Amino acid sequence: MTQYLIRRLLIAIPSLLGISVILFTVLALAPGDPFEELATNPAVPPDVRAQLRASLGLDDPIHERYVSWLLAMLRGDWGYSFVSRIPVDQLIMQRLPTTVAVIGASQVLALCIALPVGVYAATRPYSIFDQIANTLAFVGFSLPTFFTGLLMILLFSITLDWLPFVYSTNITSSGWRWWWDHIRQAIMPVLVLGLFQGAAWTRYVRSAVLDVIRLDHVTTARAKGLPESRITMRHVVRNAMIPVVTLVALQMPAVFGGAIVTEQIFRVPGIGSLLISAILANDTPVIMAVTFVFAGLVIFFNLIADILYGWLDPRISYR
Amino acid sequence: MSGRLLEISGLKVHFRTDDGMVRAVDGVDIGVDGGETVCVVGESGCGKTVTAKTVLKLIDMPPGKIVAGSILWQGRDLVPLPPVAMRAIRSKEIGFIFQEPMTSLNPVYTVGDQIAETVRQHEGMSRRAAMDRAAEMLSLVNIPNASRRVHDYPHQFSGGMRQRVMIAMALSCNPKMVIADEPTTALDVTIQAQILDLLNEMKQRLGMAVLLITHAMGVVAETAQRVIVMYAGKVVEEATVHELFARPMHPYTQGLIRSIPRLDLAATEHRRLEAIPGTVPSLLNPPVGCRFAARCRHATAECSAAEPPLREAVPGHKVACIHAEAIAA
Amino acid sequence: MAGSIPASATASAPARPRIGPWEEAWRRFRKHRLAVVSAAVLLMLILAVLVGPFIWRVPIDEIDFTARLQGPSWDHPLGTDDLGQDLLARILYGGRISLAVGFTAMLVAVFLGTFVGAVAGMAGGKLDAALMWLTDLFLSLPQLPLLLLIIYLFRDSLKDVVGPEMGVFILIVAVIGLFNWMPVARLVRAQFFSLREKEFVEAARALGASRLRLVMRHILPNALGPVIVAATIDVAAAIIAESTLSFLGLGFPPDIPTWGRLLFDAKDNLDFAPHWALFPGLAIFLTVVSINFVGDGLRDALDPRRVK
Repeated sequence: MTQYLIRRLLIAIPSLLGISVILFTVLALAPGDPFEELATNPAVPPDVRAQLRASLGLDDPIHERYVSWLLAMLRGDWGYSFVSRIPVDQLIMQRLPTTVAVIGASQVLALCIALPVGVYAATRPYSIFDQIANTLAFVGFSLPTFFTGLLMILLFSITLDWLPFVYSTNITSSGWRWWWDHIRQAIMPVLVLGLFQGAAWTRYVRSAVLDVIRLDHVTTARAKGLPESRITMRHVVRNAMIPVVTLVALQMPAVFGGAIVTEQIFRVPGIGSLLISAILANDTPVIMAVTFVFAGLVIFFNLIADILYGWLDPRISYR
Repeated sequence: MSGRLLEISGLKVHFRTDDGMVRAVDGVDIGVDGGETVCVVGESGCGKTVTAKTVLKLIDMPPGKIVAGSILWQGRDLVPLPPVAMRAIRSKEIGFIFQEPMTSLNPVYTVGDQIAETVRQHEGMSRRAAMDRAAEMLSLVNIPNASRRVHDYPHQFSGGMRQRVMIAMALSCNPKMVIADEPTTALDVTIQAQILDLLNEMKQRLGMAVLLITHAMGVVAETAQRVIVMYAGKVVEEATVHELFARPMHPYTQGLIRSIPRLDLAATEHRRLEAIPGTVPSLLNPPVGCRFAARCRHATAECSAAEPPLREAVPGHKVACIHAEAIAA
Repeated sequence: MAGSIPASATASAPARPRIGPWEEAWRRFRKHRLAVVSAAVLLMLILAVLVGPFIWRVPIDEIDFTARLQGPSWDHPLGTDDLGQDLLARILYGGRISLAVGFTAMLVAVFLGTFVGAVAGMAGGKLDAALMWLTDLFLSLPQLPLLLLIIYLFRDSLKDVVGPEMGVFILIVAVIGLFNWMPVARLVRAQFFSLREKEFVEAARALGASRLRLVMRHILPNALGPVIVAATIDVAAAIIAESTLSFLGLGFPPDIPTWGRLLFDAKDNLDFAPHWALFPGLAIFLTVVSINFVGDGLRDALDPRRVK
């Protein structure tokens, strides 16, 4: 297992390098100098500009520029925001916890929907429940997050007036009230993301369980005289989790995409809305850093998926 | 004969498919006494595996359905039995060994875990004790280093070794009978003999009955006391192993015996291996009358008129052929 | 479960009339009722955006301040926006853009994917490994941030070359295509590996068919089924991607009312004019859900290995 982990870590390094090369290529191919504006932007003090140019080494040969850019990125040396003049790493660190909390909560919600529904539907294929669940799952992941977000605002904030539709960063209440206010404003973003992912995962779980349920070892488990619930949990769901983990890992980029949209709709102060406002304000250092952080998060979650995979499937870690 | 351990009578198992109802098992009688080895033999598709799985209700229902018949286990009919009561019989009273050792074990648990699971289910042992029993069972089936190998995963075993694990699992609760569904078909020829020997040895030591499903006449000759020949969802002949090989009465059985490769005859008489011409009839719309008639060189108009009943032609020797006496003579 | 229905192995199925592969596919597709309904809905949507503007001749940019933010009425069946522009006309016109982006981006993705998959499948060895690594890498890219980054960096310079509308169209189609080719590449490559050793390909090779000819005539047509399924899903993904960009205000300029753009403009008026957001949103949803169902039906029809 340790060996397997080390190998996965070693494989993650080239992916990170690959993503960084793609990022850098995009940057290098971009017409003009993205920092050109700095020279004419009076809002940026000259020392900030000089530091940026030096850290990016804009006049060096391309491969040297890449190496120094990558090193700066890895050191967390991301420069200053053009707009707020705050160091970018501070800006991101302020907002990252919110994003991670919203994404985390929505993934837990998605799991709580997908696992029971997918398993129940697959153990009764073509039943009424299965058909309804399957159709709803299709509808669920065909509804774009930006539309469900607007629909929820329309329903819960405007029509029913139950929930606030703009995320507030300075909640003044304290104690239990503070918690409740935070939860209340997180409900809709989490629901939007969670329902979307839940719909997609329900299909994965269903088809994985359907694949496992007809395998020989399930009949063996039945011949042992185990109760049906135990067969389902121990011999079907446990095995079906292996392909599901892979599929879920493949979905991570889409999850982050959904998070950006959701944060933008509900004005959640996370790194997704930071990215959008930075793009609208031409705040290049922030754009670069946030994209890099997203790439890092995807790789991080892939690594977690790999670890889970190795833990779920003994055949992998021994190979 | 109500004293039998297992008594299957008039069993019909049908499967609903897109093309219609497949009559996989269409009126089968099989009896097994305590401590006896009975072989069910027939071509693939004759319904022998379905019959075997139906005893423990391991077929998928739906699409499968027990349409008629009874399965008496020690005098109690298993067909109407609710799932809870059925579970108490599986493995505890009747063990089952599957055809595919490569896929019949769950790849994500250690073999010890999987054996212990059975024991814990039926004997209510502690985890520790169940693992000890698993190791004991593994050494019983001659797996070297059993106490260490209980912690190995199925993929760390070869096919033959996995089948030993399956046997250990099937025997772990001391069942009164074991059903072995083509336990050697998926294995190398050299391993096949070892597994059959192991089965025989286990039977001697533990004294259980064995219902062995196979398509190989060679296996039958080596292991069985009594043989049941199935064809197209029906029993066509039943006799003791000596009687059957000495005097096969059904033309299909005769064909099966002639199709056993015999090195001695091939070498001395340059005889070619005989195959039975034709294929098994469709079980969607089985033909009227004798189902073997289309492939039988003794067939007459009478054969296709009515289904020949399974009758006792000679004491202890049943056959479903109206010309049996003439053919056997 | 191996051997549980052994009868089917030998029992011959009742003789069906002999039919070609396409009729067989159509027969299977028809069994998926939701897919058939969705195909009809999709055809109607396509027809509506193609023919609609010729029938509903209200201009998309006629500003009428006396009719601002009105709900559905006889004059404006889907209501108006904050400038009094007719929403039905705008949705019909925007649908053309959204669907055009979806189909073109799908073509880009399928072309790229087929190319990469074919090269990897034909070359094998190191090149194959490298291309598959690249495929996996692209699968793990954070797509939306990169999409936004690329559009942010390149938008202005392309605008200068080919004009604002064409520039954004090319950019969006190219970038969405660039991020969606991976499944097709995997499918085509897998098809190569499974078909390479089959007899008819061997036979063609023995007859001295050139490599390119072999690929074009024998291998690609066989990969068609799964690729069509993947392509269908790609259209939906591309429509969503374009709508997302426009919704974030980073897609087409305001004077091109794609469905996502309409939602972007509508989202700040949700409390007085919910219809403004509802109709374009429904249009996106209806298109995407029917494409997804059609894709599911096509999977049943063309990719029998994966039939549930």
